[in-house]
Amino acid sequence: MTRLVTLGLGILAAGLALVAAFAITSLVLIVAGDPAGEVWGEILSWPESRNLTNIINNATVLYLSALAVAIGFRMNLFNIGVDGQYRVAAFTAAVVAGEAWLPGYLNTALAILAAMAVGAVWAGIAGLLRASRGVSEVISTIMLNFIATSLVAYLLRKAAVDAEGSNAVNTKPVPEGSRIGGFSIGDGPGEVYGFVFIAAAAGFLFWFVLNRTRFGFDLRATGRSTTAAVANGINVNKMVLATMCLSGAVAGLVGLPILFGSQFSYGSTFQSGLGFAGIAIALLGRNHPVGIALGALLFAFLDEQSNPLQILVGVSPDIVAITQGVIVLTVVISYELIRRYAVRLEQQRVARALAPSAPTPPPTSGPSGEAEEVKA
Amino acid sequence: MRRSRKLAALLTAGILSLAATACGGDSDNGDADDPSTGGGDAPSSDIKVGMAYDVGGRGDQSFNDSAAKGLDQAVEEFGMEPQESEAEDGEAETAREERLRTFADAGYDPIIAVGFAYAASVGKVAKEYPEVHFAIIDDASLEAEPNVASLVFAEEQGSFLVGAAAALKSEAGHVGFVGGVETPLIQKFEAGYVAGAQAVNPDIKVDVKYLTQVPDFSGFADPAKGKTAAQGMYDAGADIVYHAAGGSGGGVFEAASEAGAKAIGVDSDQYNTADPAVKDVILTSMLKNVNVAVYEYLKSIADSGGEEFPAGVTTYDLSVDGVGYSTSGGFVDDITGDLDEFKQQIIDGEIEVPTAP
Repeated sequence: MTRLVTLGLGILAAGLALVAAFAITSLVLIVAGDPAGEVWGEILSWPESRNLTNIINNATVLYLSALAVAIGFRMNLFNIGVDGQYRVAAFTAAVVAGEAWLPGYLNTALAILAAMAVGAVWAGIAGLLRASRGVSEVISTIMLNFIATSLVAYLLRKAAVDAEGSNAVNTKPVPEGSRIGGFSIGDGPGEVYGFVFIAAAAGFLFWFVLNRTRFGFDLRATGRSTTAAVANGINVNKMVLATMCLSGAVAGLVGLPILFGSQFSYGSTFQSGLGFAGIAIALLGRNHPVGIALGALLFAFLDEQSNPLQILVGVSPDIVAITQGVIVLTVVISYELIRRYAVRLEQQRVARALAPSAPTPPPTSGPSGEAEEVKA
Repeated sequence: MRRSRKLAALLTAGILSLAATACGGDSDNGDADDPSTGGGDAPSSDIKVGMAYDVGGRGDQSFNDSAAKGLDQAVEEFGMEPQESEAEDGEAETAREERLRTFADAGYDPIIAVGFAYAASVGKVAKEYPEVHFAIIDDASLEAEPNVASLVFAEEQGSFLVGAAAALKSEAGHVGFVGGVETPLIQKFEAGYVAGAQAVNPDIKVDVKYLTQVPDFSGFADPAKGKTAAQGMYDAGADIVYHAAGGSGGGVFEAASEAGAKAIGVDSDQYNTADPAVKDVILTSMLKNVNVAVYEYLKSIADSGGEEFPAGVTTYDLSVDGVGYSTSGGFVDDITGDLDEFKQQIIDGEIEVPTAP
């Protein structure tokens, strides 16, 4: 019964947030003098199959990014460095796969492992600094992002191959036999990344490790209360390092669907900024693998609207970024409102259960829920 | 507690009423895209031009703006119906492809992709829409596609002339080059500039500095970096610095102004577009007339009544004034004779300008 209520309240919170975001965005459109009706008509029309393919593909990438961020969040670690971690890792994977030391899918597997290892090491630097020197992981991961940018830029020039007549700079392409094929939905061009299954498996593992293993319990316990964790004999420093490495390893997967599914090399036009989108989506999905999947689909869906909005309706694509930002804000606010409402429901239930003679009980902290965890 | 509930209720009510009005608007202008454009005084044609800009789009005071200028001129003269769309920083490859497909599906033909970042997406989408025509600026890798026109520039030739101008004007025998991002494209500017300077003075010293490396493209939009790089060169004794660094060039001009030295602009005639406080340091500018390329491409389509579309690689070089140098400010008036002589030698093929350093 209470589970059902919790679920209902969760859905209510999400619904409230979306409606609020819808209204605020409409307001922005009206103030800017844009045709709000046409904009929503375009956004809410059912996408064509090729757009659907793009949405799923983009969501796959965003999902992995948010998953990496969420691992840190579950332990109160704010890994802002997913952005740098995935770029270093994707570059490494592109070089390893491009060199093709092993045949076929062995090559792919080696590249994926290399990417995860590099991502883990890159994040591990921040973890190590935090565990041994108490350096805030927020600061160190931001700094590591800058270092990653310069490092990849420097190495890319060494690894780049020139294409005749082209001004683009790219690594050696991944050989055909090592690419991960996709599957078509509908009859449009483009295929859904085969990597979507690896992403789904990562989501399942995330849930399993956090909720069904000793390690996951330790991680969540440390996230809730460091002192309680220490009292229970958990080595907090070890947990910090392990969590950052795990987060970095998942971050290492972020660029790989693009690398093995569509672009086959790393270069000047490789998608950037995915790590920051991941933070927003992890917040949106409340660090739950299913919630994150929904959030990633929503963000990918909105991203896909930016071109039609510009070309068919004549509205600046910035409206998409505004909508995404507004959604994140309304979600955080509405979850907080609903949480308070749930606390009050609980209090009323307790009050009723007690004798009618008893006055209103003093407010307790109540089931604080997961909203605490995203506070970093 | 009670207050927050009221607040929530109020918020919900407000939101619902707002949403209702927003939805109400929808039914009024369901699909109101009637193409009532022909004004009578302007010539009209049924050619719809799709313009896909690179990051920055119209209003970037540089590359995209130059392309927009060519489009505007063509629209005014031939009455074409334009629609524009710009790239977002760090977007996915699929976003670029979708931009082109959305144009193609909406009946835009030709579609012009501004910038080499579109190379892969134009290559892919041109195959999917064989009956639609594409143009791409600054990329020549799609020569084999029958429905793609590649518009490229001989940046090295224009850079050669400003390099010669720098060497003729330099009293120290020491000049500099600031590149925005170290790409093959910007290296063409460097190669031409160095060759031009050495053609005048074989012993000249040329400092070369790139602000960032790919995939970090901030070197095109960071005046502070440009200023630091140029300051270093002026401090080391250079008296003229040429920049091919987009928006970072403003910093190069500032450094020149503070050092009491000269600088050379790029792409457009920067004497006319730069901050008036520093324009007197601009000796000349290397002109890369993207607008000419866009205009000529559209003109040839309009001249054929929208029947024939150019394809293959067209190089805009000195012979067609696709590149050149500016004379605004009058600082190079005394050496135009020498420069035009070099120009003629390049056009005649007597001087072959290198494209890579």
